Amino acid sequence: MSMEFLRPATWAEALAMKAERPDARPIAGGTDVMVELNFDRTRPPALLDLTAIPELATWNTDIVPGWIRIGAGMTYTRIIEELGGMFPGLAIAARTVGSPQIRNRGTIGGNLGSASPAGDLLPVLLANRGAEVWVESVRKKAGPYPVYDFFTGPKRNLLAPDELIREVRMRVTHGPEQFAKIGTRNAMVIAVCSFALTLDPGEREVGTGIGSAGPTPLLAFDAGEYLAGELDWEGAGPLDDRVARRFGELVAAAANPIDDVRGTAEYRRHALSVMARRTLGWAWADYRKGAAECA
Amino acid sequence: MRVTFTVNGEERVVDDVWEGESLLYVLRERCGLPGSKNACEQGECGSCTVYLDGTPVCACLVAAGQAEGGTVRTVEGLAEGHRLDPLQEAFVECGAVQCGFCTPGLIVAAHDLLARTDGVPADTEIREALAGNLCRCTGYEQIIEAVRLAAGRGAGPS
Repeated sequence: MSMEFLRPATWAEALAMKAERPDARPIAGGTDVMVELNFDRTRPPALLDLTAIPELATWNTDIVPGWIRIGAGMTYTRIIEELGGMFPGLAIAARTVGSPQIRNRGTIGGNLGSASPAGDLLPVLLANRGAEVWVESVRKKAGPYPVYDFFTGPKRNLLAPDELIREVRMRVTHGPEQFAKIGTRNAMVIAVCSFALTLDPGEREVGTGIGSAGPTPLLAFDAGEYLAGELDWEGAGPLDDRVARRFGELVAAAANPIDDVRGTAEYRRHALSVMARRTLGWAWADYRKGAAECA
Repeated sequence: MRVTFTVNGEERVVDDVWEGESLLYVLRERCGLPGSKNACEQGECGSCTVYLDGTPVCACLVAAGQAEGGTVRTVEGLAEGHRLDPLQEAFVECGAVQCGFCTPGLIVAAHDLLARTDGVPADTEIREALAGNLCRCTGYEQIIEAVRLAAGRGAGPS
């Protein structure tokens, strides 16, 4: 079957091509799209290759104070190397993706475009409390979707056929961040379930994100609210075990998992409560260390 | 469509490439370079690992057109004439090659690790670097030994 290969050299050209060919399938790292092509699961009339657009593979912090812009074409490898200091949770999650070869190609934009409930970066973006997916088309100038609105179902998102994902914007909080993921081994694993936690000492808020335990990545909103109210931000004292347990229960309650080949719903809920407690333990230890150094 | 790219130092112009085919298919079936192996076609096994613009990637997950204007180095491009790369020598010496199917991908992935590492990498670093390459024969011990041996002989950054 004939297929067109479109390779824009600029973002404006990419938007024009997508407007003209809304049925063109965007491809960046190819770690999802090529699998579908190789196994004959998809035959789009056109591929729209985004890897020749230099600005997509950049990031900067000088657009809005306190925010970062991460271009959709930033690979997992570059996120680990270049953004790990600012966003440790994002880097931890990126390190759990596939293998070195996959991380060298796969991108944050692809993670959002594929919209898998198991997308490894997605819980971290939710936990960032306010992260935005910026999309653009010829018809509509660039604008944000809050990341918690962006996913509409398994592998579905709000992207219109003529739109492309341009960038992600995240709040820079400088707080402790953690991520944990359950899988059968360390490499090449699709999450059975995952959990991301961000502590924002400035605003004394807690961000949460649940992966692979619902039709979309999920917030554990009540769990975050509860924890933000219970943590000893001022004294930075030891973590109360009862608070950690309650937090775990609330995270598990926020999940909406199913039984599937990777695990049962019951296992996922249990694992989430354990990961919630553990990530909290690690993040709170980081916070106390930071507080001790400042004192 | 036509794809023009550099493979192992040589410019190649390849015609009649199907728009949906992979770089791996182009290398094996159109360039006569069967070193990179075709196994899983989904990035799980690493046996098709090649350098694309200096970065190790699974050639099965790169669309042919994405390599346009790019530089590819395959396992065939590591030896100098008949002189094997020190890493290839070490694989032979350590018995790191059994059926041999995973070997080209492992060689390229390990080659990249050594190019990035001064001295002998820790076992954890070797395991992490090779985590995307499956071997069903050796149990990996001889492979890790080969990487250590090559690194010890100064097969590092050149």
